Amino acid sequence: MSADPSPPGAESALAARAASSKLNPNVQNHPDTQLEWEFRLTPLPAMPAMPAAGAPVSTETMVELRGVTKRFASVTAVDAVDLTIRKGEFLTLLGPSGCGKTTLLRLLAGFEIPTTGQILIEGQDVSNIPPYRRDVNQVFQSYAIFPHLTVEENIAFGLKMRHVPLAERCARVEEALALVSLAGLGKRRPHELSGGQRQRVALARALVCRPKVLLLDEPLSALDAKLRHDMQLELKQLQRQLGITFVFVTHDQEEALIMSDRIAVIHRGRIDQLGTATEIYHAPASAFTADFIGEANLLDGDIVSSNGVTALVRLDEGVEVTVRAAALRPGSTRALLSIRPEKIYITRTKPAKDNCFKGAIENEIFRGAMDELRIRVAHNLQLMAMVANESAHEHAWHKGDTVYCAIHTDDIVVVEQK
Amino acid sequence: MRLSLPTRNYLPARGMARVRALFGGWTVLVLLFFYAPILFLVAYSFNSSRLNIVWEGFTLKWYAMLFRDNRLMAALENSVFVAVLATALSVVVGTTGAWLLHRYRYRGVRTISTLAFIPMVVPEIIMGISLLVFFKTVDVGLGYGTVIVAHTTFCFPFVMAAVQARLAGLDPALEEAALDLGATPLKAFWYVIVPYLMPAILSGALMAFALSMDELIVTYFTSSSSSATLPLRIYGMAKVGLNPMINALSTIFIVATIVLLLASEWVKRLRR
Repeated sequence: MSADPSPPGAESALAARAASSKLNPNVQNHPDTQLEWEFRLTPLPAMPAMPAAGAPVSTETMVELRGVTKRFASVTAVDAVDLTIRKGEFLTLLGPSGCGKTTLLRLLAGFEIPTTGQILIEGQDVSNIPPYRRDVNQVFQSYAIFPHLTVEENIAFGLKMRHVPLAERCARVEEALALVSLAGLGKRRPHELSGGQRQRVALARALVCRPKVLLLDEPLSALDAKLRHDMQLELKQLQRQLGITFVFVTHDQEEALIMSDRIAVIHRGRIDQLGTATEIYHAPASAFTADFIGEANLLDGDIVSSNGVTALVRLDEGVEVTVRAAALRPGSTRALLSIRPEKIYITRTKPAKDNCFKGAIENEIFRGAMDELRIRVAHNLQLMAMVANESAHEHAWHKGDTVYCAIHTDDIVVVEQK
Repeated sequence: MRLSLPTRNYLPARGMARVRALFGGWTVLVLLFFYAPILFLVAYSFNSSRLNIVWEGFTLKWYAMLFRDNRLMAALENSVFVAVLATALSVVVGTTGAWLLHRYRYRGVRTISTLAFIPMVVPEIIMGISLLVFFKTVDVGLGYGTVIVAHTTFCFPFVMAAVQARLAGLDPALEEAALDLGATPLKAFWYVIVPYLMPAILSGALMAFALSMDELIVTYFTSSSSSATLPLRIYGMAKVGLNPMINALSTIFIVATIVLLLASEWVKRLRR
């Protein structure tokens, strides 16, 4: 069995545990089902610190967007966006493809001019200033390394265009090469480099200009998973070290959670939610964010009663769940609830708790460190649960098993209400 | 029943040999048809007889005579001068034209890009006559200028076509990266786009040079007697009777053209 709370950061620990149990399939080191549940009754432990959440970011404003709209013919790519980016912040624009996040980045770079609204960098209106006169540099998704120039010449390009004297230019190029761990490769040609190295050249070429804001357009999407994760941590560390404001565009929610100080979730040209990784994950403000970041069971229901501490919501599928009354506004009658799959605890014996549903496992999907279970709890309600992978054990869950799904009241998030 | 893996040769060995002989023979015939006249011409340029039809013995005297002929040497100078300038103009017009058509969106882009290729397909005689009429109308005296302009009109589409083909594979982020790093659009074009296009520009330029060196009909209508090019002079000589010196000259021309075309192909392959 397993009913571990598993924030995304804990996955490697779970993987290690799964691996060790694979090595000793005879060792039964499973906590008693009931015990684990009792442990979970204590107040929610604080989220373990993510690599991204750390030193406080300055409160000074670096970039301000005021009602920025960008229309292409009949399409509104960016729709009246207001956004303040702080100095030294790592801000991620996260959203599905076509949501407008790349257009937003191109507006910051100066490749697009806003249809309406203003963009201010350090208080100066740059809305109509072309890219070559903005103190902003970009790392392109395709890296856009100049193929006819050596690594050194690529990195020196920006300094040459700004007429930096030769001696200083050389010193800064060397410095930039060392910064991205490419020292000694300056004479190479771009086609002699690996994808990861090219990415570093693109990064060095942008950083050497000492931009006020560094824009990154899905720079890691072409790397393999392992290298990608290393680069995420390295990039984050680099940003901390340099104190440069980073605006990072990605469609990969895990990447956003790992790296960002704050995440702006973009949906249909608008900012759906702006907050830290933990805020966005644990308190999604909309159905879209709840669904896009991580995975979620989204459930609609009527608010039936409230006793001041807890409230009862009858889901449209007929099941009743208890939520914290504090999460509801007075007068609300309908609520949209989100339950993270890893917050559903699966047991074989009925736990004595408020939110507990009996159901049958309809499907079990192996996902490596985790097992995804689809559990039918009512004739038209299927819940998705995520448990640590125990498939090598006798405790493993199987299709057709009758189980209980228990959900802590605090783990049911009211996403929308009216 | 045994299953065998499919092989590339579907015919039995003997049938295959027959097919090969057939295709091989056909290929040899086609090549002969194309190149035999040229080979004859090259061979007879070394013939010591004045008559083209009788082989007397090997000689280089026609080559020696050729280099002593002042009128032919003057025509060769004219040809090179015209070709160099027409090529330079074609490179400028063709490259900037291709870039402007590729990069910017404005009314008439399609019309312009179609019109640009018309000189490639219009019969040369029509090109020649219309240019002549044009020069007469605007009252420009025929000379080097008119020949160079005339050659540029049919040479630049070749540069443009080569450059357009390379532009099709251009990552738009390359120009944006240059702009982002502080280059104005003009500097971005010069420092990033032109180096990227260089193989196409060179191969287009070689093509343009070869075409200009060869051109007869348009030149016939647009040149004066002092600016006559080599093909025009050869044509004039051939009218009064074939002279083995022309064979020698043609051989030099053929070799030069082949070298240029091979160089153009080689440059094309330099593309990374």
